Amino acid sequence: MATTVHEPPKIDPAPLQPSLGGNGGGGVNLPLARDGELRELMERPPEPVRTGIWVGLAAITMMFAAFTSALIVRQGSAVDWEHLALPRILYLNTAILLLSSLTLESARRKVASFVRGQGATRGQAMQVLASTLGLGLVFVAGQYVAWLQLRSKGLYIATNPNSSFFYVLTAVHAIHVLGGLGGLLLVTRRFARTVPTLRKSTLDAAAYYWHFMGILWVYLMFVLWLKL
Amino acid sequence: MSDAAAAVQHHGPPQGFLRKYVFSLDHKVIGKQYYGLALVAVFTGMFLSWLMRFHLVWPNAAIPGLQWLSRVGAPGGVMTPEYYLSLLTMHGTLMVFFVLTNAPFAAFGNYFLPIQIGAEDMAFPRFNMMSFWTTFAAFLALMTAFFIPDGPPISGWTAYAPLSAVGPDAGPGLGWGQNCWAISIALFCVASLLGSLNFIATTLDLRAKGMTLMRMPICTWAWFITSCIALLAFAVLLPACLLLILDRIAGTSFFIPAGLVVSDRLQPHAGGSPLLWQHLFWFFGHPEVYIAILPAMGIVSHILINSMRKPLLSHKVVIGSMLSIGFLSYMVWGHHMFLSGMNPFSALVFSFPTLIITIPATVLTLIWLGSLYGSNLQITTASLFSLGFISMFVSGGVSGFFLAQPSIDIYLHATYFVVGHFHLVMGVAAIFGIFAGTYFWFPKMTGRMMNETLGKIHFWFTFVGAYCIFMPFHYLGLAGNVRRYSSFVDDFMAPLMPVHKFITIAALFTGAVQLVFLFNLIYSRFKGAPAPDNPWNATSLEWTIPSPPPWDNFGGKHPVVYHDPYQYGVEGASADFIMQTSPEKLPEKS
Repeated sequence: MATTVHEPPKIDPAPLQPSLGGNGGGGVNLPLARDGELRELMERPPEPVRTGIWVGLAAITMMFAAFTSALIVRQGSAVDWEHLALPRILYLNTAILLLSSLTLESARRKVASFVRGQGATRGQAMQVLASTLGLGLVFVAGQYVAWLQLRSKGLYIATNPNSSFFYVLTAVHAIHVLGGLGGLLLVTRRFARTVPTLRKSTLDAAAYYWHFMGILWVYLMFVLWLKL
Repeated sequence: MSDAAAAVQHHGPPQGFLRKYVFSLDHKVIGKQYYGLALVAVFTGMFLSWLMRFHLVWPNAAIPGLQWLSRVGAPGGVMTPEYYLSLLTMHGTLMVFFVLTNAPFAAFGNYFLPIQIGAEDMAFPRFNMMSFWTTFAAFLALMTAFFIPDGPPISGWTAYAPLSAVGPDAGPGLGWGQNCWAISIALFCVASLLGSLNFIATTLDLRAKGMTLMRMPICTWAWFITSCIALLAFAVLLPACLLLILDRIAGTSFFIPAGLVVSDRLQPHAGGSPLLWQHLFWFFGHPEVYIAILPAMGIVSHILINSMRKPLLSHKVVIGSMLSIGFLSYMVWGHHMFLSGMNPFSALVFSFPTLIITIPATVLTLIWLGSLYGSNLQITTASLFSLGFISMFVSGGVSGFFLAQPSIDIYLHATYFVVGHFHLVMGVAAIFGIFAGTYFWFPKMTGRMMNETLGKIHFWFTFVGAYCIFMPFHYLGLAGNVRRYSSFVDDFMAPLMPVHKFITIAALFTGAVQLVFLFNLIYSRFKGAPAPDNPWNATSLEWTIPSPPPWDNFGGKHPVVYHDPYQYGVEGASADFIMQTSPEKLPEKS
């Protein structure tokens, strides 16, 4: 069926604000209607991913807050803290990750423009999506290079508390970035289908997550760089 | 079917055995799976407590067959002091994580939250399935510890570092046994995070038309607040477990201090902070207490209202109190650490919110009691267990006032007083909430009624038995009986042995009574009287659909909600209750 019917892609042109009211439309004074007539009342299918992404980001924030407080306690009480000079490649990685956020924003615009028929082609949108994915992969590879550089200096995870935290924070962040890449891959696949099945809410969620990874990384760089 | 309706259904009817019963996406099946897992865990945990109680009063007697559980830990069937601690760890971990978190929150929440808000499933059914199976993997990882030669870890369910962090040098079970524990709890954290995310998104986004937040039943509110607590609490325990695992297998020193000599060996670690583990653990651990008790509070309120045939004195105050408990639960973790060597001033700081948190808890209790006063309560097994819950919650809660004060806690902290306190207020109370929920919702879940006579027998023996077990603990504690010891050979504790014997006999008896419950559960599942759709004449959405509900809950319809959740005894209405979905207009108040 999907190959023969050419429907417009299922993307909401107007973004729905995430709201506490949800789809339930709580508080609305409803006309008395019988159960059978109620389907018309559902204006939109619910899109819990809009709420879910913020809840997920809250949990990730809390997790890194716990890591940070552990780092502060450990650093504050330690006599064995040897502050480590961050490998310089990290600055390059930071730039790459932030750049990927820009390409992703451009991708969102191109996708929207394609969906509304305002000029952008699917190929153009795919190109920027793919470059975001590529930059993300380069970032993870860059992090790996940073670990190799530390290793060559004899700094392993157990060498001193600072190197321990460095490996833990960067690795946990990298795992989350890989999760984000998985999300972007899903978005790209759904967009690439003959009849795209991508929903705007999915694209938005993947984008918020990805930008959050960038912000989180800048924060982690600061925490690792800072000497109490 | 319209497009919108098609999009609401996240998955079609399940096809095939695996999709129906094993890797099911249906929140109802997942809820039952959680319940089943909790049932296995609770009987295992109870069996372990039997072994411990037996050993405490007859330390030299052989328990037939125990040598099969561990040849090292129980040579010839007599358990070693270390093995006592191993069982203690497993009892606590099983009960807190796999029973008190799983049953009232994950099991009942999964089954009834979507139905009570008029949704067809959870927001993310796949996450939901992953959540259960990750929990199951966590359970297997934990149970693996029994099959390691030196047995499960001896560090307790709180796994205090450095004991839990240094490895096999520190004692039996601290090699791979402790690794199993840490991996299990890390997995459990991931599962709970996925579950909470699902609960929150479902509650906020999938409510039916007209189901405002304030029209949600109290138990839906309780699950929602609990999932908010769990989301932030497990997000802290997870990194703590990761750091613990690294200390154990990667040689880092997050929690292990410098110059630590264990078993005559200088540990190759430096500079870590054991207190850091306690802070991270209890930052999770105290909210965890409320993760166990809040759903029980919600379930009990829901049932009592139905049995009283009138709403509680104030719906809003109940929800407000639960919200403030949830909020304050994050500010009191240090009261577990008064004796940890923390700055005494911080003890004062933690003591204050601990006393404050008793206010919303007391408000709740007063609302329950005030609503019960003069009400025409229908005595069912479910309402009996609800009353039992209040009784246990109050009895256990009152001792909390004492323990919240550092100067008194210094004396009582390491004694059985604390054991009595937390077992009553968190353990038994939450278990009573689970029992109440089971007797109340069993007809909906299975389409059959449970046997009320067996239920009432179960209630009275459990109620009396639980008090016989846990009240004397307070007396033991005041008399200075230390906890965590496997036997009491000191002169000053020897005279207390008769009390211990009484407790052990009560524990064996009360445990045996639970077989009546198990029998009732299994017998009623197959031979119970068929249940009507709404056996309790209740008002909330789960009673508008068949028992058991079809796979998509509302049979493709979208319910619309017109009323507050508890319209009982409305004057001038056509019946003594008005269902939430009933379009009947409320009679105007004169």
